[in-house]
Amino acid sequence: MIDQRRIVNAIMTVTTAACAFAVVALLLLILGYISYQGISSISWQFLVETPKPVGEGGGIGNAIVGSLILLGLASAVGIPVGIAVGTYLSELGSGWFGKTVRFVADTMIGVPSIVFGVFVYGLVVVRQGYFSTLAGSLALALIMIPIVSRTTEEMIRLVPDTMREGALALGAPRWRVTLDIVLPAAMAGIATGAMLAIARVLGETAPLLFTAFGSRFYNIYLDEPMASLTVQIYHYAISPFEEWHAKAWAATLVLITLILGINILVRIVTRRRY
Amino acid sequence: MRRSSCVLIILSVLLAGCFSGRHSRGDSIKIQGAGSTFINPLMQKWVHEFGALEPSIKIDYQSIGSGGAIKQVKERTIQFGATDVAMSDEDLRSAPGELLHIPVILGAVVLTYNLESVKENLRFSPETIADIFLGKISRWDDERIRADNPYVEFPPVELTVVHRSDGSGTSAVFTNYLAKVSPEWKEKVGEGTSPAWPVGLGGKGNEGVTGQVKQTPNTIGYVELAYAVKNKLPVAQIRNSAGNFITPDFRTVSNAAAESVDIAPADLRFTITNAKGADAYPISSYVFVLIYKDQQQRNLGDALVDFLVWSLNDGQKNAQPLLYAPLPAEMVRRSTAKLAEVNFQGESLLASHSGEGK
Amino acid sequence: MAAKPSKILTGDNVFSTVLMLCAASVLLIAVSMVIVMTESSWLSIREFGLGFLVGQVWDPVKGEFGALPFIWGTIMSSLLALVIAVPLSIAVAVFLVEQAPKSVARPLGFLVELLAAIPSVVYGLWAIFVLAPILRVHVQPALQAVLGWLPFFQGTITGIGMLTGGVVLAIMITPIITAVTRDVLEAVPVTQREASLALGATKWETTRIVLSNASSGIAGAVILGLGRAIGETMAVTMVIGNRPQISVSLFDPAYSIASVIANEYTEATGDLYLSALTEMGLILFIVTFGVTALAKLLIMSVANRNTPRH
Repeated sequence: MIDQRRIVNAIMTVTTAACAFAVVALLLLILGYISYQGISSISWQFLVETPKPVGEGGGIGNAIVGSLILLGLASAVGIPVGIAVGTYLSELGSGWFGKTVRFVADTMIGVPSIVFGVFVYGLVVVRQGYFSTLAGSLALALIMIPIVSRTTEEMIRLVPDTMREGALALGAPRWRVTLDIVLPAAMAGIATGAMLAIARVLGETAPLLFTAFGSRFYNIYLDEPMASLTVQIYHYAISPFEEWHAKAWAATLVLITLILGINILVRIVTRRRY
Repeated sequence: MRRSSCVLIILSVLLAGCFSGRHSRGDSIKIQGAGSTFINPLMQKWVHEFGALEPSIKIDYQSIGSGGAIKQVKERTIQFGATDVAMSDEDLRSAPGELLHIPVILGAVVLTYNLESVKENLRFSPETIADIFLGKISRWDDERIRADNPYVEFPPVELTVVHRSDGSGTSAVFTNYLAKVSPEWKEKVGEGTSPAWPVGLGGKGNEGVTGQVKQTPNTIGYVELAYAVKNKLPVAQIRNSAGNFITPDFRTVSNAAAESVDIAPADLRFTITNAKGADAYPISSYVFVLIYKDQQQRNLGDALVDFLVWSLNDGQKNAQPLLYAPLPAEMVRRSTAKLAEVNFQGESLLASHSGEGK
Repeated sequence: MAAKPSKILTGDNVFSTVLMLCAASVLLIAVSMVIVMTESSWLSIREFGLGFLVGQVWDPVKGEFGALPFIWGTIMSSLLALVIAVPLSIAVAVFLVEQAPKSVARPLGFLVELLAAIPSVVYGLWAIFVLAPILRVHVQPALQAVLGWLPFFQGTITGIGMLTGGVVLAIMITPIITAVTRDVLEAVPVTQREASLALGATKWETTRIVLSNASSGIAGAVILGLGRAIGETMAVTMVIGNRPQISVSLFDPAYSIASVIANEYTEATGDLYLSALTEMGLILFIVTFGVTALAKLLIMSVANRNTPRH
């Protein structure tokens, strides 16, 4: 008996490790492929200049700035609202209303991003008569909310009830318990959710194509079209030219590095505070 | 601490809001254009070169597709569009103002293939192309393909068709050609940006079709010339209406346009596929710029006409290096004449630029 | 769950009202999206009625529109992706949390999260140039040789088709499912593992207990992944073949709802055509709704079989 259990244990240990290494190897392969294709195009000029015609160099400086502005605005709306929804669902949402919201949020995760783009286009761009950064951020924020809320809810659920009961027994009001005890306890997981949402929208092209549109200039105005890394990658990737393809891979590398930076930043901040 | 971060977020939103002020910003003129992905590399070249000549005019062009251009021009979210396919009567009627079509450059759709054992450039007659894309020819060693290429040894393998899956001007031009040369195609499939293909794999974008043809043995597909050339894929010769097999290049494409000037209607909405002429490549097409005849702002309309006049003249020299074909001289004249109709409150905006573009 | 909130304290009332408003905003967004989309697809709904759902022809030139092949392609490709990605992701997460030392687990975790950010157009290009040739040359012939008697593995091998689409999707959603599952596993109290190990259970038996305790969270992770798979456009469309047909063979080309919207929306002109494409978006809502419900039921039944939750 014991032997059989030990054998199963050994087999499963090896299997999971093998799976892990296979997946990681695959992921490294993709990352390696992107680096291989893109690294030679990365230079200081590439990082700060605006796009130029094929054969004349040019870069993605405005697209980096644009992506960060779009992401910042979208996160400022999407992450707090998402966390609030997730908190509601796990702490208060056991009734029919909560169930409905949960199901709707799950469905919204599956809605292709282009549909959000089309929705915001009709709602904002057509009415205002021009493409704008704000419209782009709104589309991204709408995509973020269900992702953040879903992960927040799962993470909060895993906070042991004993922690809540302890704080409540000490006479703390419900909202203080949630804000000061439950949310901090779930913070690492919530941060993962936020990171996934950030990663998802930073990698999105379709919702920006008809909202933030794109631009070849540096821009800080929120009521004007705004460049973004993904739209720029898209334009480079679909061209016939080798040089632009290399730029697309290089811009992807920059995008991944940005995510890495944001990820580390978020981890440091959430770990230090809570 | 949470609250402080909330305050920070709100502050940053407010701060960002202060940046806006769309209508009170410098005195440079901003023009937004968008449309055809096909013309994008050339358009980027144009807006940069023109920007260097006229630093006060800031023109931007985003490649969102020809259909996108038509929709956005109608919504007036952009000042000019570029499309590979002329607008339909229905679209023109539903636009809020009269739109003009200005042909600005020429392109070619080419047949490309992946057949490892064959080193020669293949030749195709129109009937063979139609039969391949109708699914009636399913092998490379079919006698109809062999009849077009009597000296080529074909391997006994199945043939896989690759077509565009996204709505595209390239498909519209290609099916327009097929509908002209094959009654069966016209009846069964018809022409359009997204026809229902009888057979084959769909690739997204020119780059998707190029990639699939490049990676998959025994495939055949159609792409814009630049994609085949830049990816070092073979380009087929196609038999034109005069009976000659023609290799697509800037010269044979310009020829097709030059031979077709006399069929150009007054509004310049026309196709030049299956053009007559001994040396005309049969799957050639124009890219049109869409612009409102009645401009609402004088300085904006001025700048736009300025830019287009420059593109039709000095800009044409940028075409060939990027694998487009320049307009024949006669068509430059027709386009310019059409541009003269663009006006601000009845006054032609071209008249004030008569000194330019000679 | 915890005790009921007290209604006397105003702080609590304000707090729960704010949270509820946020939750309501999700409903509002979804409802207004459905209304706007229904409105703009009305022409097509009226023209084709329920026939739209079962129609098999998609011909914009002739103005004939049917959604069935796309619904089929969407469901099959996402299920295929789940079948591959879920066991893999859970295995990776188990490895990261239960087996690997922290110094290995942390950088690997980072890596996994990074990959969630690669734009789908890049995954798509990678799939055409790297994945599809590998599948065509090595995987598909092997599958056909061994399992060729099954209808799933018959037909011409081109490297482009349902299988390739499903594999790309699986690769794209693996980081998402892994990241969330890892956090869920990490949140299971250490005391549970200690208790189990103290009772003489092996590491794997302990892991099983941890997994079943985390099953609700893992379900959430799977749903996140499923959502991404259903709504994914660019990467799938590069390799799925984009042919609106219903075929059980995984080697044949197929098409998905999200892909056809992304492929044709920007170039579509004409009212009926646009309207039909918008109706596709509406149908995707419904399909997602159904598939999500199904996935939840499945996961819950597996979870309940293992251990009933408190």
